[in-house]
Amino acid sequence: MISHAWRTNWFILKTSVAERLAYRADFVFATLVRFLPIVTQVFLWGAIYGTFDGQSQKSLNGYRYGDMVAYYLLVMLGRAFSSMPGLTNGIARDVRDGSIKKFLTQPIDLLDYLLWHRVAHKLVYYLMAAGPFALVFWMCRDFFPGWPDAPTLFAAVASLALSFLVGFYIESLMGLASFWYLEVSSLVFVYMLLNYFLSGHMLPLDWLPAPLSEAILYLPFKYLAYVPAAIVLGRYSPDALWRELLWEFLWVVALWRLNRWVLNRGLHRYSAYGG
Amino acid sequence: MSAVVVTGLEKAYRVFRKQSGWSGALRNLFHREYATVHAVQNVGFQIESDEIVAFLGPNGAGKTTTLKLLAGLIYPSAGTATVLGHVPWKREHAYRRRFSLVMGQKNQLWWDLPAQESFELHREIYRIESAQFTRRLDELTRLLEVGQLINQPVRELSLGERMRMELIAALLHDPEVLFLDEPTIGLDVVSQRKVQEFLRYYQAERKITVLLTSHYMKDVEALCRRAIIISRGQIRHDGPLGEILDRFSSHKLIQLQFANGTIPEDLAAFGKVVELKPPKVKLEVPRTRIPEVLSALLTRYAIEDVGVQERPLEEVIAEFFTSDDCTSAVPDTRAPKPEAR
Repeated sequence: MISHAWRTNWFILKTSVAERLAYRADFVFATLVRFLPIVTQVFLWGAIYGTFDGQSQKSLNGYRYGDMVAYYLLVMLGRAFSSMPGLTNGIARDVRDGSIKKFLTQPIDLLDYLLWHRVAHKLVYYLMAAGPFALVFWMCRDFFPGWPDAPTLFAAVASLALSFLVGFYIESLMGLASFWYLEVSSLVFVYMLLNYFLSGHMLPLDWLPAPLSEAILYLPFKYLAYVPAAIVLGRYSPDALWRELLWEFLWVVALWRLNRWVLNRGLHRYSAYGG
Repeated sequence: MSAVVVTGLEKAYRVFRKQSGWSGALRNLFHREYATVHAVQNVGFQIESDEIVAFLGPNGAGKTTTLKLLAGLIYPSAGTATVLGHVPWKREHAYRRRFSLVMGQKNQLWWDLPAQESFELHREIYRIESAQFTRRLDELTRLLEVGQLINQPVRELSLGERMRMELIAALLHDPEVLFLDEPTIGLDVVSQRKVQEFLRYYQAERKITVLLTSHYMKDVEALCRRAIIISRGQIRHDGPLGEILDRFSSHKLIQLQFANGTIPEDLAAFGKVVELKPPKVKLEVPRTRIPEVLSALLTRYAIEDVGVQERPLEEVIAEFFTSDDCTSAVPDTRAPKPEAR
């Protein structure tokens, strides 16, 4: 039974990869274009730290210029796992135009299907982005404190995998809101704004003033970018690191459960629009 | 044994009533008005295993809503239904493996990939044994004449070819019940005929239960012996297709061919002239007056050939859909409705 479910997931993954590769030129172009903000951000932080005026030793909230570049690059790596372009709007579109019907009449689980379809999207993305990422990290290698030890590396990989699941279940949850509100693009916009700030994409979360930073640390958004980066940069003690991973796992479980509940409720009110 | 049993099925939607114009849009921000639309009301019927039934009705009559209920896509407001013993809206995988829903306006194939890849994914999803999958795929592609197209991306296929691929995808797992919602919509005559011929052959061969909605009466005539007519969410007729003509067509057609080639001018006295192609004429005459009119015509004129025909089914049904009988409410004489399970 379980092996068959995995076999089906494997076929969904294989078919989704084949589908992704159908428009590989567009995918390569889009992947490369996404590296441009990294370059501009590195220059922006250079200007803020005054590296171009020879004042590169300046420290802001405990981060020197090199720390900030390393943090930013690791945040981008985290985002490569946790961002889900098109997922929310895709679910909303399928609900609105009725394409979702095929998943509701076949012996298949909608959330599992979406998950494995997204894994395929990410695999193709990593295939395309691995080279550029490696190049950027190699060019900025002097900004990193060196290779982390094995437990930290393991924790970082686990955190990235969990950040993928946190990102997936948050965005699919918003997509499932389309059972109530057919159009969710404004919700996506608000989420992207909040996410940029609350995930640590814009600034390290430990830069924020005490009450705010403490409140933010109770939310799941920090796992989307900040936590994986902070783990690699050695900002957690060994105890705090495993506790953080446990909380991240619990968030995944909670979001998965919430997705199931919302999907179930949504299907009860679904009207099967679109013919 | 009945494959489909529907009793007192109802589906009501709450729909937002948007007021027109700027002021209406502003008012709607603070005060939203809703109306309840009864898409399906107290619908009941049974379909036997291996039966193929047409489900007819004008747009918005409740046909597709009924199919969606039977496919488990939506929950009913009241009533019960079982298909092959399953309650559709429980959405059990065991049920999903036993039926298929084909919607003429919706794809289930992956648009950018060859149909073969979708079929292989179906093999996994429906757990079709490998040898059986190969055998069925060969059979279906041969019957539908698309064998050479299964490795071509779906987006590059014509509408007719795509529809035939959709049918293959729907039938690969050997469903016992097939719901067809306008399977020939938008197809050219040749493709329509191919789909009809295939469905007729396949149904006769596999003895599956089929519920078909279509606006093309040629589909219905080619495939079905029984028709259920639904209008405004209520069933208006359930019986043999031929009965529709007896029940809803008050007229028949008399076809005449005059011996001397000239058409008499006073034919309107016998009935309505619906076609005039000298020396042939078609007269529409009330069913009850056929013997009397025929006798009078044969006595008065030199007639070379004569025939009595039913009016085309399409015409009769179209007339019924626009008649008061169809658009006015039907008193509910059926048993009290059970609650939705």
